Amino acid sequence: MEELKLMKGNEALAEAAIRAGADAYFGYPITPQSEVIEYLMVQRPEKRTGMVVLQAESEVAAINMVYGAAGAGKKVMTSSSSPGISLKLEGISYIAGAELPCLIVNVMRGGPGLGTIQPSQADYFQAVKGGGHGDYRLIVLAPSTVQEMADFVDRGFELAFKYRTPVMILADGAIGQMMEKVYLPDPKPRLTDEEVIEKHGSWATTGRSGRKQNIITSLNLKSEVQEHHNQDLQAKYKEIEAHETDHEEIQCEDAEYLMVAFGTSARICQKVIQLGREKGLKLGLIRPITLWPYPTKAIEKYAGKVKGFMSVEMNAGQMVEDVRLAVNGKSPVVHFGRMGGMIATPGEVLNAVENHLKTL
Amino acid sequence: MTEEIIIAGFGGQGVLSMGKILAYSGIMQGQEVSWMPSYGPEMRGGTANVAVILSDDRINSPILHEFDTAIILNQQSMDKFESTVKPGGLLLYDPNGIIHPPTRKDINIAIIEGAKEASEMNNRKVFNMIVMGAYLKLHPIVKMENIHKGLEKSLPSRHHSMIPENEEAIQVGMNKVQWQLNLN
Repeated sequence: MEELKLMKGNEALAEAAIRAGADAYFGYPITPQSEVIEYLMVQRPEKRTGMVVLQAESEVAAINMVYGAAGAGKKVMTSSSSPGISLKLEGISYIAGAELPCLIVNVMRGGPGLGTIQPSQADYFQAVKGGGHGDYRLIVLAPSTVQEMADFVDRGFELAFKYRTPVMILADGAIGQMMEKVYLPDPKPRLTDEEVIEKHGSWATTGRSGRKQNIITSLNLKSEVQEHHNQDLQAKYKEIEAHETDHEEIQCEDAEYLMVAFGTSARICQKVIQLGREKGLKLGLIRPITLWPYPTKAIEKYAGKVKGFMSVEMNAGQMVEDVRLAVNGKSPVVHFGRMGGMIATPGEVLNAVENHLKTL
Repeated sequence: MTEEIIIAGFGGQGVLSMGKILAYSGIMQGQEVSWMPSYGPEMRGGTANVAVILSDDRINSPILHEFDTAIILNQQSMDKFESTVKPGGLLLYDPNGIIHPPTRKDINIAIIEGAKEASEMNNRKVFNMIVMGAYLKLHPIVKMENIHKGLEKSLPSRHHSMIPENEEAIQVGMNKVQWQLNLN
């Protein structure tokens, strides 16, 4: 039976990891997501399910522990916030190259550098356009409620194993720190090595004899082989784009003007719709749920049909580039955002929308 | 019904826990709730605030620029939040430490001497519950039985023996709250 709780986003995510049957969590504390490891430590999941929770000596160590555990076929996750994710990027590129499943959580804060500890969405480029080196992609899920912080854990693990690829949950400090009602999912048992092989095939280093050697590596010294490996990766990414793109449309049917926003910004935009409609402005919202693969087609559908688009983000204008690619010049597209840990209020966004509408 | 509340004061006054008890009480009443704290450097020894929303409908934005009610417990918060109360809304404050009382004419302003009452009760820890009682007297958005359940849910069970004194403090707040006299 589902269980109703009032929880912080970070706590809901941590509890969901235990309930998803995760085998291990490796992390290093950083505001605004330290509640993830704190909650896990208090819960003693090694007693509840046998899940390993370890505070590593650094973010770099944590991501390499994830690499090792993922190579052994384990369901493993790590979490951090912006500067910590930058440290993990080498490992993330290796994991993508070695085609291993894992879940990485970024509860974003203001940057660049150590920046602030307040909410931000300035790691969009880092998450969806690479970040680490080489031609790789992460599946990026963007929760906008505490409920989604919980739900996207199991969904993330399922996608990671289905495609043997790292998945990122890209949240922000506001969703991590706020409390909302959450229905916790039913616990799933952890899988044995045999069950992993049965469900996902035999690719992991499970230490058994009587089969071909499984090798986990991201190194190929022959460029012909490496190019072939890249072609396989690209084919996999095409497959993901075809099947896993997800978004939500809110009051788009009769909208004359559309906002595009994810995470906390999408919550703010829903209030903007309400305030705008009270004034007779027919506003709507497209909320990307997967930031990669991006819901390009969903946005394209409205290009040329509405007066304009506004990409509302807590950054200097990152996702707006993907909105422009989707709209392809058929409608005007602008960006509105605050930076460095500041959050735009619904009133500010409405004001920006009204100002843009005046120019159209 | 939707009630959008900002509670603001110093760290240590129980601002965040008052919000949490209200949120839990809302859940007990079957409402949608959100609790959005300030978690920044100001929490580490300075001002703290939390935006709490209780609603019969799905809550869109947990971040707001105007509120139905502001509960203000220090001067910095008065300076920041007096202007954010919706016209016709409620501003409840403790005059202890307030140098510049609120001056708006288009809102309802009430006073609870929470710090004074708490020290008279010889129990400074129930300060926030006195203030919450004052608020609930003016805006009875949740029933007392659900406040009781909210206290049970939000306090760890080892502290459940303190629920009666908290409820007593809520009652004190309900009895002592008063409207601010028009200063003109």
